[in-house]
Amino acid sequence: MEASKNTMVVKVIGPPYASCSRRVLACLIEKEVEFEIIPIDILKGEQKSPEFLKLQPFGVVPVIQDGDYTLYESRAIMRYYSEKYKSQGTDLLGKTLEEKGLVEQWLETEGQNYHPPIYNLILHLLFHPKLGFPVDDKIVKESEEKLEKVLDIYEERLSKSKYLAGEFFSLADLSHLPFTHYLVHDIGRAYLIRNRKHVSAWWDDITSRESWKKVLQL
Amino acid sequence: MVVKVIGPPNASSCRKVLVCLMEKEVEFEIIPIDLFKGEQKSPEFLKLQPFGVVPVIQDGDYTLYESRAIMRYYSEKYKSQGTDLLGKTLEEKGLVEQWLETEGQNYHPPIFNLHLQFHHRLGLPIDDKIVKESEEKLEKVLDIYEERLSKSKYLAGEFFSLADLSHIPLTHYLVTDIGKAYMIRNRKHVSVWWDDITSRASWKKVLQL
Repeated sequence: MEASKNTMVVKVIGPPYASCSRRVLACLIEKEVEFEIIPIDILKGEQKSPEFLKLQPFGVVPVIQDGDYTLYESRAIMRYYSEKYKSQGTDLLGKTLEEKGLVEQWLETEGQNYHPPIYNLILHLLFHPKLGFPVDDKIVKESEEKLEKVLDIYEERLSKSKYLAGEFFSLADLSHLPFTHYLVHDIGRAYLIRNRKHVSAWWDDITSRESWKKVLQL
Repeated sequence: MVVKVIGPPNASSCRKVLVCLMEKEVEFEIIPIDLFKGEQKSPEFLKLQPFGVVPVIQDGDYTLYESRAIMRYYSEKYKSQGTDLLGKTLEEKGLVEQWLETEGQNYHPPIFNLHLQFHHRLGLPIDDKIVKESEEKLEKVLDIYEERLSKSKYLAGEFFSLADLSHIPLTHYLVTDIGKAYMIRNRKHVSVWWDDITSRASWKKVLQL
């Protein structure tokens, strides 16, 4: 890993194109928190080096270092910074405990219901071909069916609410950005979003945010 | 005026919420539903929880689902009473979240698969390939836990938290119904941690509900 240039900013360790890193980067930009990316080459397996595993024993990105403090799991990192810097940048957690509860409900929904099937689709249709691994058509078919059912529930929700947790953009919406971007742009599955009127409008709204546009250029 | 917890009291995801509410000394009422009769797929239930799974809570006008979201909400709302399940500082809370996400993303999927395979009431044939793959994945996660718990009494630090709590219900099935206690007992520090967290009064009470 490269030596850091500056000890006072949050170090985000992982390549800027990795979806889980992008969650954290979009969040830090929304919260106006300075960061420095320490890129590692996941295609060369640098995340399995003994040095990296001391920071993140599961051998996945990202992991942050903030002075002496080390933290991993993108959704944990987002929650930490959203709360630490609650009074600056975008409020990503809602204004009341009840709004925050709904943010958590939809962030858990993303992690438990949305993420597993979309991750399988990206893994098999985008990464396996690049890495020379076989594409399992059965997994692709099952994953797409599962994702469709989740998106039908999102369509119903977003017909009643501008964003997932309510009338405000939150961590719950943000968490969907990186993998859905690959779904729409890299594996030819834009129709899953575009066939659903309210999901489509929501997608255009959240991807038009400055933070997301900046993350795509990192 | 008590919190209504909708779902069967022996469902693992409901048990998470019930243990949490007990730790936080929050009164609740269980509204049981019969999962084997498919009551969680009724139009009435789907209005509360569109994914058709338990639990969902109703607290006056407020409805919330996803067990980990419910636990976070009550742990924060009643921070000043009962057990502190979120740590004392923002940094401790961050570590609670790191290990709660680890449970949700790395521990839960393989152990949930094992639970489905061995659920006697589902009466389905056991898929040995799924059992083998799930056990291998779970073993790798437990090796990391063993290393962590050799340095720290609980997952997030020297304090019991939501991160430890979230592991209890499905691990209970692993150790009892599924007959894979060796996965816990073969690991010295995981084993000690398991005995510690399952000795809590809240867990013992939940098992009797």
